Amino acid sequence: MSAQDEIWILGIHMTKFGKHPDKDLVDLGVEAIQGALADGGVTMADVGVLAAGNLRGGGGIGQQLQKQVGQTGIPVYNVANACATGATALRTAIMAVKAGEVDVGLAVGVEKLAGAGLLAGADRDEDSNVWEPSGRYGAVAEVDGRIGTATMPGVFAQIGMEYGHRYGGANFELFAKISEKNHFHSTLNPLAAYTKAMSADEIMNDVMIAYPNTRPMCSANCDGAAAAVVLNGAKLKTLSKQQQRRAVKVSASILTTDPWEEACQVLPNVNTLTRNAANQAYEQAGVGPEDLDLVELHDCFATAELVHYDNLMLCEEGGAADFFNSGVTWRDGRLPVNVSGGLQSKGHPIAATGIANIWEVCQHLRDEGKQRQIEGAKVGLAHVIGLGSACGVHILEKAA
Amino acid sequence: MANQVPLVDYLVLGDQPHLVANECTQCGARYFDRRNACAGCFGTEFRSVGVATEGEVRAFTIVSMAAPGIEVPFVSAVVDCDGTSVRANVINTPPDPDHVSLGMKVRLATYPMGDDENGTVAVGFGFEPAT
Ligand SMILES: [Zn+2]
Repeated sequence: MSAQDEIWILGIHMTKFGKHPDKDLVDLGVEAIQGALADGGVTMADVGVLAAGNLRGGGGIGQQLQKQVGQTGIPVYNVANACATGATALRTAIMAVKAGEVDVGLAVGVEKLAGAGLLAGADRDEDSNVWEPSGRYGAVAEVDGRIGTATMPGVFAQIGMEYGHRYGGANFELFAKISEKNHFHSTLNPLAAYTKAMSADEIMNDVMIAYPNTRPMCSANCDGAAAAVVLNGAKLKTLSKQQQRRAVKVSASILTTDPWEEACQVLPNVNTLTRNAANQAYEQAGVGPEDLDLVELHDCFATAELVHYDNLMLCEEGGAADFFNSGVTWRDGRLPVNVSGGLQSKGHPIAATGIANIWEVCQHLRDEGKQRQIEGAKVGLAHVIGLGSACGVHILEKAA
Repeated sequence: MANQVPLVDYLVLGDQPHLVANECTQCGARYFDRRNACAGCFGTEFRSVGVATEGEVRAFTIVSMAAPGIEVPFVSAVVDCDGTSVRANVINTPPDPDHVSLGMKVRLATYPMGDDENGTVAVGFGFEPAT
């Protein structure tokens, strides 16, 4: 592979995740962009393309951000891809650099979600006065709650339970312990929305949302943003030794959707598209799961983390429960997963998530992880999934 | 008996209520919604087929928090009806982990949802324990 074809992250930044009542969407996005540019030692004048992700802000976030950080006339791609929006923005910038259209690209994801509550499933209106079929199911009344659930905690609860049914070993307590791990990890992450350790007992006795997911087992709605500057290897070689030393190699950048399978339109299948993305990523990077030093995966719910151990092939097929129970995914284990605290405690400002998880991996690969540094980390994987579905997997490597 | 209307058009009422699916004539993929084409093989021809009324709970959750207006708790499940997956509530049993379990045998059941100003009764469905 020539230097022109290599993709590197030059600068990356995430804001504190949590409540930012005094900052709007643009403030948060600007903070992330300016942080990433400063981290990379470049300015908007160096950037050839901007990909901007936001899901719930009403559109056109890229241009709104340009108006504050620099209107240089470059193309903007506003992207939306559910919870994979951030990874999609990054992937868009990477594709532009890979295509040779620009040397330097910028990706940003930003969301204001604090206090948003359940994010799917509309309020149920009064039934109409006359039963009148409408929509693709010819429904005479709203079906959420009458024909299953549209809420994310419930959908992902079923996904975890389905895994338990197929392979055994997964129960309420196991899912709570996964959450306990991530909440424990969050105590070392000052940028996380919640940084309080919780025992599995406390987690199981907290407010039930959708069995087996209690409140602390659900990703936390919050505000936040993250941004990354990417460039090709040829451009990187023209920059300072310091910039080259801190740059992180993107050895795989993959985005997939869910291929049709029986049942996938009944309960979203988050497994196959993740497995496909992982397979493609390992092949593109020329590494295997055994080479990974840390993983940030999409634990939107505790029940989701379990199935992704298997989907990312971190364990043998069907072995996710045993894999977790062996302790390897704790930060002192062989393959730490979600040392950031994961979405359950770090928080999940949707469009920021798919860049913030890459920021986390970069901190460790740069030996800048401070109190939560995973010593000697050289290769990491970041995974997100958005229902609907889209899956982003990036494999990152320390500069040689 | 008052006029009845099913909650969704893939629920067939009558003496033996059952669900019907749109089955792709080319590859056999089954769907419950109105189709433009098959997501599996891109075919555009479908036939209506009956779905088994007995099945097994393959996944479930007990929803305790939902959007305003939706009664909780309720059990949402994926039921494997002889190879066709169906989304439905598990009904006619208490919504708790002692009464709902993975692999439990269930059968289709219908219930009246109330009548409209014309006196027409909407009929919903769910799956109830089969034993
Ligand atoms: Zn077909």
